[in-house]
Amino acid sequence: MLNRREFLHAAVATGAILGTAGAGSWRALAAQQALMSQDDLLKFPTMGNVTLVHVTDIHAQLKPIYFREPSTNLGVGEVKGLPPHVTGKDFLKLYNIKPGSPEAYALCSDDYIALANNYGRMGGMDRIATVLNSIRAERADNTLFLDGGDTWQGSYTSYKTKAADMVEVMNSLKPDAMTSHWEFTYGIDRVKEIVDDLPFAFLGGNIFDAEWEEPAFEATKMFERGGVKVAVIGQAFPYLPVANPRWMFPNLSFGIREEQVQKNVDQARADGAQVVVLLSHNGFDVDRKMAGRVKGIDVILTGHTHDALPEPVIVGKTLVIASGSHGKFLSRVDLDVQGGEVKGYKYKLIPIFSDVIAPDKATTELVDKVRAPYEEELNTVLGKTDSLLYRRGNFNGTFDDLICDALISERESDIAMSPGFRWGTTLLPGQDITTEILHNATSMTYPAAYRSEMSGKMIHDILEDVADNLFNPDPYYQQGGDMVRVGGMGYKIDVGKPIGSRISEMTLLKTGELIDPAKTYVVSGWASVNEGTKGPAIWDVVADYIKEKKTVSLTPNTSVKVEGI
Amino acid sequence: MRVTRRQAFGLGLGATALILAGPATLPAVAKKAETADDAVKAFTGGAEAKSGKISLTTPEIAENGNTVPVAFEVESPMTAEDHVQEVLVLADGNPRPGVATFHFSELSGEAAASTRIRLAKTQNVVVVAKMSNGSYYMDKRLVKVTIGGCGG
Repeated sequence: MLNRREFLHAAVATGAILGTAGAGSWRALAAQQALMSQDDLLKFPTMGNVTLVHVTDIHAQLKPIYFREPSTNLGVGEVKGLPPHVTGKDFLKLYNIKPGSPEAYALCSDDYIALANNYGRMGGMDRIATVLNSIRAERADNTLFLDGGDTWQGSYTSYKTKAADMVEVMNSLKPDAMTSHWEFTYGIDRVKEIVDDLPFAFLGGNIFDAEWEEPAFEATKMFERGGVKVAVIGQAFPYLPVANPRWMFPNLSFGIREEQVQKNVDQARADGAQVVVLLSHNGFDVDRKMAGRVKGIDVILTGHTHDALPEPVIVGKTLVIASGSHGKFLSRVDLDVQGGEVKGYKYKLIPIFSDVIAPDKATTELVDKVRAPYEEELNTVLGKTDSLLYRRGNFNGTFDDLICDALISERESDIAMSPGFRWGTTLLPGQDITTEILHNATSMTYPAAYRSEMSGKMIHDILEDVADNLFNPDPYYQQGGDMVRVGGMGYKIDVGKPIGSRISEMTLLKTGELIDPAKTYVVSGWASVNEGTKGPAIWDVVADYIKEKKTVSLTPNTSVKVEGI
Repeated sequence: MRVTRRQAFGLGLGATALILAGPATLPAVAKKAETADDAVKAFTGGAEAKSGKISLTTPEIAENGNTVPVAFEVESPMTAEDHVQEVLVLADGNPRPGVATFHFSELSGEAAASTRIRLAKTQNVVVVAKMSNGSYYMDKRLVKVTIGGCGG
């Protein structure tokens, strides 16, 4: 195993994540690169006349972070076993990635702790700026920089500044357009306030006035790059009023609105677009389905489900590009557009290794400036972890186990529920749990940790409901979160069954008894979408628990039995 | 049920006559709390309802089960010889499946309407169109009504 210094300077047989069509072919190209250096990471076989640069789901991470990709990411129905529903060794095999390599660390969960110690943190807005500047230096008149949303939420400073920190830093990088999801959890007034001053397009062709069913935001923005007319159509997260508190944006309606997407594509073509790009927060499976049904989209820059794929998934003539999350990756797509048609493309998922890519000085200064008022709180040490703390995965993650333990202990409940969010950073064993780290996993505008009584039947109904949001075989009925995490209770899930019959053997762990549908249990949780939910903020609950424990240790969670894979 | 002013204007262009829900105004078939299948049979007189011609728009997942937007358009030349006469809208999982019957004529120009309906739980919205030649067409779409609250 190389240490980080060797990794930086020694010859490694793999350099960058460089993709062309078809699983497996990119590795051969990557292998041609000898050194893992900034130049290697940025090396790109420039082609054509249009360059798309895509970041998405940064979740307000200004600084480099650790983020462990999921070890469990199941697909059901037609997408079973297809990317992104491939993890671990299967993923490495599919894309021909060498175990232990930088790419394996960036894209997989296998051997995560050791590799994280070798290869270090990823992301950071100042590193993203460096990559962006380098692409723009070469392709000034050809480049579009597009942000897939979930940019403003997910950190202590974004919460404290109501996203002003992210807006200022992103503005300095001069995006050409963005779409949205968690942005709306700051409330409609704040969104409008920011969007009014935004020096680029805030697109959402599927955002409508709930009363009049009229478009509430711009759908499409037309650009000219390299002499080519490029239409960018925005698609916000379709299920905002279902998955997030509707009362925060009561007059807006979202939805997939496939017919509307088709109309907007047709309109863009009629207006002379030679390339149509869907800047989407649909989630991967929804976008894959949409690519097969809506005609005339050349590229879907997908977001929401946080998948990072080193090659595009191609549906018909549409490239579906998945650029990861938390600033870990930046995608570059070069298109050769001739006579209103894409004749060829090159793609590279650029991993933002923060120890390899030099920070852009101006952006570092800006990031430090927006964080400066909060440095003391950010760095406050609450305790330490003996275990890897991570969130991603379909059923559980150790960070949510910690949150559930804290809820059961501090809120004196039988059972705890933690939403299956996909955002939140990773902490390595032995590291301090700071306020910043805790907020990376909990920061939101509806943090109340409730405590209520629920019947066994209701708990079952909730689990069935959430499971169907994740495992409905029709992607258009999926919401893109992971399964709700449950503490104090075990259960069995058959992902292949229909709603109402997936969940069984619900067991109260402290007694080993089966959950009685008629009996009442004390349940605590957080992030309820209901207005007026009472309780202390979840970060205070967890902070108190960590301070009492001083050092937390999480044992592997075996309380969920999964069938039907 | 609520039809906004603008939707009412929109409807006015397409439908010369519009009878909105309220079980009392529905055809006799839907007065009793019959199943949606019974209501369809009564509407078609037992004739087979074919698929096609109807484009039905609903959200996949309801944002608010109390007011779910539903829109349909039936493909037809809308001439004296060949037009859509009636369109029955049902919610097959509601305690009373009957929602509305829309009446059209060759003067309607198009057989299209939109409204909002209440859905008690996850269920199909069913639309059946009666054509002037006595044939029937049917379409349905599943609308999920979730408990919500754990996505993202």
